[in-house]
Amino acid sequence: MNSENGPKGAGINRRRLLQTGTAGITLMMSGLSARRLSAQDASGQVIIGFSQEPTVMHPHMPHIEVDEGIHFNIFDPLFTVDPEGKFQPALVTEVPTVENGGISEDGLNWRIKLRDDVTWHDGEPFSAKDVKFTIELQQDPNFGAMRRTGHELVRNIQIVNDHELTWEMESPFAPYPAILSWTFMVPEHILGGAEDPNQTDFRNDPVGTGAFKFGERVAGNYILLNANTEYFGDGPYLEKAIFRYIPDMTVLYTQFRTGDIDVIGLQGIQPDRYEQAQQIEGRTVVKMPSATVESISFNTEAPQFKDPEVRRALSLALDRNSIVEAIYYGIPQSTESFLPKESFYYNQDLPVAEYDVAKAAEVLDAAGWMPGADGIREKDGVRLSFKNSTTAGNSVREQAQQFIQQTYASIGVDMQISNLPPAVMWGEYWMMSQFDSVMVGINYTTGPDPDVSNYLSSDGISAQGGAGQNTWQYHNDKVDELLKKGGSLFVPEERKVVYDEIQMLVHEDRPFLPIFQYANLRGHKSDLEGFMANVNVRIETWNVGQWRWS
Amino acid sequence: MLRFILHRLGHSLLLLFLVSILGFTILHLAPGGPLSQFALSPGMSQVELAKIAERMGLNRPLPVQWFDWFTGLVIGDWGHSFRDGRAVLDIIMGHLFATLLLVISSTILSVGLGTLVGVLGATRRYSAFDYLATVGAMIALSIPTFWFGLVAIYVFSLKLGWLPSGNMYSIGDESVLDYARHLIMPSAVLALVNVAIWSRYMRSSMLDVIGQDFVRTARAKGLTRPRVLYVHILRNALIPMITLAGIQLPTLLSGALVTETVFTWPGIGRLFLDSLGYNDYPVIMGVLMFTAIFVLLGNLVADILVASVDPRVRLE
Repeated sequence: MNSENGPKGAGINRRRLLQTGTAGITLMMSGLSARRLSAQDASGQVIIGFSQEPTVMHPHMPHIEVDEGIHFNIFDPLFTVDPEGKFQPALVTEVPTVENGGISEDGLNWRIKLRDDVTWHDGEPFSAKDVKFTIELQQDPNFGAMRRTGHELVRNIQIVNDHELTWEMESPFAPYPAILSWTFMVPEHILGGAEDPNQTDFRNDPVGTGAFKFGERVAGNYILLNANTEYFGDGPYLEKAIFRYIPDMTVLYTQFRTGDIDVIGLQGIQPDRYEQAQQIEGRTVVKMPSATVESISFNTEAPQFKDPEVRRALSLALDRNSIVEAIYYGIPQSTESFLPKESFYYNQDLPVAEYDVAKAAEVLDAAGWMPGADGIREKDGVRLSFKNSTTAGNSVREQAQQFIQQTYASIGVDMQISNLPPAVMWGEYWMMSQFDSVMVGINYTTGPDPDVSNYLSSDGISAQGGAGQNTWQYHNDKVDELLKKGGSLFVPEERKVVYDEIQMLVHEDRPFLPIFQYANLRGHKSDLEGFMANVNVRIETWNVGQWRWS
Repeated sequence: MLRFILHRLGHSLLLLFLVSILGFTILHLAPGGPLSQFALSPGMSQVELAKIAERMGLNRPLPVQWFDWFTGLVIGDWGHSFRDGRAVLDIIMGHLFATLLLVISSTILSVGLGTLVGVLGATRRYSAFDYLATVGAMIALSIPTFWFGLVAIYVFSLKLGWLPSGNMYSIGDESVLDYARHLIMPSAVLALVNVAIWSRYMRSSMLDVIGQDFVRTARAKGLTRPRVLYVHILRNALIPMITLAGIQLPTLLSGALVTETVFTWPGIGRLFLDSLGYNDYPVIMGVLMFTAIFVLLGNLVADILVASVDPRVRLE
């Protein structure tokens, strides 16, 4: 379907180019005009630069954030989540809630009403059977779905008519609306007959209902999307959206400066270039809050960290302010919680962690951790010496590690930096809690939902046979109980009370020490409108359909 | 001659076989794997990761995996990328054009310039030009390509706005002129180092020949200077260069890596680097085997060429 060897019709040019050889090239060099080159013209296209390459076009196969930058524009979920964390109808006529009867009081029965004016990019009408198919695809044991959480609880999907369906939940699961807001609908008429759902042409030729149609992908180079003129919703206002892959951060930034790209997306602008970037004429730099929280995290089963007093002392000796201000150029904001500050569920009343090295030493003294012959504290034969790991190559984070290492050394704690390549770090080392401590940035939430069971519930400890990412092996019965409760309540105000308490308990137990909430630096040409930060999604190109040139 | 070629071909095939085993083993035994990129996805757990691994066939014994892959290799099925599921050979072919375009244009540039500088340096030994060329070559060899590329972008794209700062063409404008404009900087940057190398080799190769008896004889016969230079000296001096070219061509493939990165040029070098970053085993192995074939072919062709111009080689 799509050309895999480059743009259509380029063959002739390429052959000609190869034939012309140097003579041709010399000729052309003489014909160079000294005009300023700019990617933007009146044709209404936008060029977005990413430092990672989107390669997975099928929204339900294992993928990474950058792939979602494409999914959001080709596909639609039933409803989306706006920057305020509110659900907005997309393929549905109204977002199902307990109030409007879309979800029953007990959270077990769901009724979904769909729009009747939606078509797939190939002209086929979108209907309830596509929704049924999409959810059942997530449950298909033969399909390598990216996320089954939530979908596996859905039972008995009944198609009432073309634009209405109902289902039951095995148990009430409050995060499900948030999960649905990330679940892109895929066409049953294309994927339904697949012999092997994992091996379909759809992977490289996706068909959705979204604001843009898939145009072509030139691997290692770019992805081109064309406006869907039949789109049922707002937009699109651009004829083309081009996602360029520019792997090197310096080059990515340079192309943003030269104007070769209109928008600098994922990984964006490095903190040390923030000042300079703001001075570039005709460019707008956006500081976008992200839900990712940077922490020093402990393996609480390691002998050094079993004692909560040790974790308290290490918190006291952690100079968060200096890390944020001096090392991260004041761009991120310090935080006490694992939830983003933009979240409705963020606990405003968490005590601000104090920084007091003398007090940290006192705490350790009082807890019986006494300096040994080499000045390193020990207790019952356990030395307060541990490794701290992160993914190698992140120079800013490595500076922060060294800074923390120095402070800790001053209170008789020996922290050794032992960084690993990402492929090693995020393998069993992480999942099976083979570390002493790590310094990582994690997005704990499920979109706008505060459910963090995956990270904090005791049955989410992979190292103990659980199914989750509670890699700090944190176990608190009260928190377990509250997580269950919070996951089964559907009224936000009621849920907030529960999550406030969870945040307080985790803050006291300190399985990890939150340092700051990330802020991503992105930028665009100043005459581009509609670019909007949204802390509830993982990528800044979630709404290209609403972008336009002023 | 035929026996010589067959003999060399057999050698090459054996080497390829060994490369395949060695490469595959090292790659799979290295810590980490293709699953790590999904570790931080919402709702991910070790159990889910294990399921994904199973679907990728990564939990089978290593020899079984190798055998599966190798038999595919022989019949032309090089496997599919873990990332987008496309056939590895298609992916390589899709990136090959970009690399060849860059490498060929920069080779023409560097061989042409390098030969010229080398010949001039040899015929005017210890002249101001020769010293200048020597110093220039040293500088070119010492400058990191990355830095030079960025400086070029700064000057020609940012400050002067004459040339695009990267990419192979402007989307929507894929004219020959557009390709050419995008090609100028990366091929010049890539050629820089090779001009230095070629000119040094050429110079010493020329000097070797200039001192030989037959050159003196040719001069004594009263041949004109240019005739002696071009017919007698240059022809003989170029023989070792053939071997060098054979060895150089594959290094150009890999040498283009940095240039491809700086100028966001979608070639093989970058494909390899990207695939390494994602532990996309089938693609990594594909590029590895492809490059190995390329290297061996390059050497084979160079050997055959040398053997055809220099009969002494065949008699070993």
